[in-house]
Amino acid sequence: MAAMLEVKNLSISFGGLKAVDGFDVTIEKGQLYGLIGPNGAGKTTVFNLLTGVYKPDTGSIVLDGKNITGKKTIEINQSGIARTFQNIRLFKELTVLDNVKAGLHNHYKYSTLAGILRLPNYYKAEKAMDEKAMELLKVFDLEQESHYKASNLPYGKQRKLEIARALATEPKLLLLDEPAAGMNPNETAELMETIRFVRKEFNMTILLIEHDMKLVSGICEKLTVLNFGQVLASGDTSDVLNDPQVITAYLGE
Amino acid sequence: MKMAKAKKNFWQGSGLTYGMVILAYILVEIALKTDHMSSLMEGLLVPLCTYSILAVSLNLVVGISGELSLGHAGFMCVGAFSGALFSKIMKGSIDPTVSLVIAILIGAAVAAVFGILIGIPVLRLRGDYLAIVTLAFGEIIKNIINAIYLGRDVNGFHFSMKSEIELGLGEGGETLIKGAQGITGTPQASTFTIGVILLLITLFIVMNLVNSRTGRAIMAIRDNRIAAESIGLNVTKYKLLAFSVSAALAGVAGVLYAHNLTTLAALPKNFGYNQSIMILVFVVLGGIGNIRGSVIAAVVLTLLPELLRGLNNYRMLIYAIVLIALMLFNSSPKAIEMRERAAEWFKKKRQAKEA
Repeated sequence: MAAMLEVKNLSISFGGLKAVDGFDVTIEKGQLYGLIGPNGAGKTTVFNLLTGVYKPDTGSIVLDGKNITGKKTIEINQSGIARTFQNIRLFKELTVLDNVKAGLHNHYKYSTLAGILRLPNYYKAEKAMDEKAMELLKVFDLEQESHYKASNLPYGKQRKLEIARALATEPKLLLLDEPAAGMNPNETAELMETIRFVRKEFNMTILLIEHDMKLVSGICEKLTVLNFGQVLASGDTSDVLNDPQVITAYLGE
Repeated sequence: MKMAKAKKNFWQGSGLTYGMVILAYILVEIALKTDHMSSLMEGLLVPLCTYSILAVSLNLVVGISGELSLGHAGFMCVGAFSGALFSKIMKGSIDPTVSLVIAILIGAAVAAVFGILIGIPVLRLRGDYLAIVTLAFGEIIKNIINAIYLGRDVNGFHFSMKSEIELGLGEGGETLIKGAQGITGTPQASTFTIGVILLLITLFIVMNLVNSRTGRAIMAIRDNRIAAESIGLNVTKYKLLAFSVSAALAGVAGVLYAHNLTTLAALPKNFGYNQSIMILVFVVLGGIGNIRGSVIAAVVLTLLPELLRGLNNYRMLIYAIVLIALMLFNSSPKAIEMRERAAEWFKKKRQAKEA
């Protein structure tokens, strides 16, 4: 199997704080990979480095054989990384449908002028976008709410909508930042099913940050544990979770 | 079924707005033809269109793109002067209506160029800072235009920033822009009909833009910039696009405004800070992001001071009270609750009727 994502020696400092220090990870195509660690370990910073929000001080990021180190967020999304956020970031005033259609923006094109003058390709592209977006919403059981304002969705569904929007950009690699945060056990169980389904249906490679150990041990094949910006352990899920070092980092001495 | 739904959406959305404008136009035309309109009101017709266009165009920046711009009168000023200058140069050599159409296009283009030039540095800022800088740009534009002298003689155009004498015009030379005195003798080609047509075009452009792929991107960026970048939307491009389209439309309003006056001067009254704030008041009271509301607010708030003229000293007092009442009705939580309840009640009543 070929590697989808190869990260080597990734580091960034904020002032005197080494937020991420020599981070390495290799994710195979189609793998479901978990990134865990105590609060403040630098997990979200790793996501921000991978998606170009921050530029790394050192290290390289190679996606599907293409070097994307230091590229801008937009370029990285177009090369094939999409993400969700720890604190949900939806387009609140837009409808659920329009949130997904915004994700389809770069795949169904017509010019601004064609949009203003309502030329035939406007109708054609909009119709195709509607169909594609509804298809995605159906996967996440959101088609009933397609005309709701995004901010009026219940919390669990907002999380799902974020994943749907990310998938609309047709990524090769999907980054999920604490998808189960704030969910009750039922919703978490349902989310696990959805993540599995997405991976199978879209043949997706997924990297996720999570605190919910049940979810992590339930669906992740491999894990990397971060602590104080450094990789503490990495390997198969069951091995990593039984590593005494990891247990100490999480539970203390 | 689907067709019927689409039709209904049209009449609840942009169709209602066009209909409203056209209906108002027909009513005014009837009043004009049957002599039921005072000359004071007649004089207000073109300004009404001008302010409506300005309010709609500013709403594109403030409401749709979510950036507080306080320099809108500056773009209006640029459009007004470039359009009026063209008309003055061309006066007598081409048909006035054709000249006005070209002047409008020139005004829009020049204002758009200024929009892009100012937008590139300014849109890097956010929130209050953007407001402050756009405010300054508006004033700078007005003051620069105040210092421009432009003349023409057999040798061509002469330009100076000092005085009329500095132009050194030859025999038979004509001063086109006379510094703080501005441009005099612009043909008064603006009519209510032209104003309404321009307003309809503005509404067409803005509403169709909002309901398209581009508008969706602009609003997505407004709602969450970081998320918008993460799904591959070019933030700078779309912010600049909204800003320059808005500037171009303000330029159109400026040309309309200029061709309604005999003398066009860049006074604080015309193009100053107060004018920008006035336009912003229309947008805020009409509802930020609500295009139809902008038109209604612009019309009501332009008419109101004139209608209250009979009350002399109490005029501005009542105007202020109306502003406050409108503001409360629009955005206080209790008023929103009341409005929602009223809407619910109407809906129930209609459903009961249908059943």
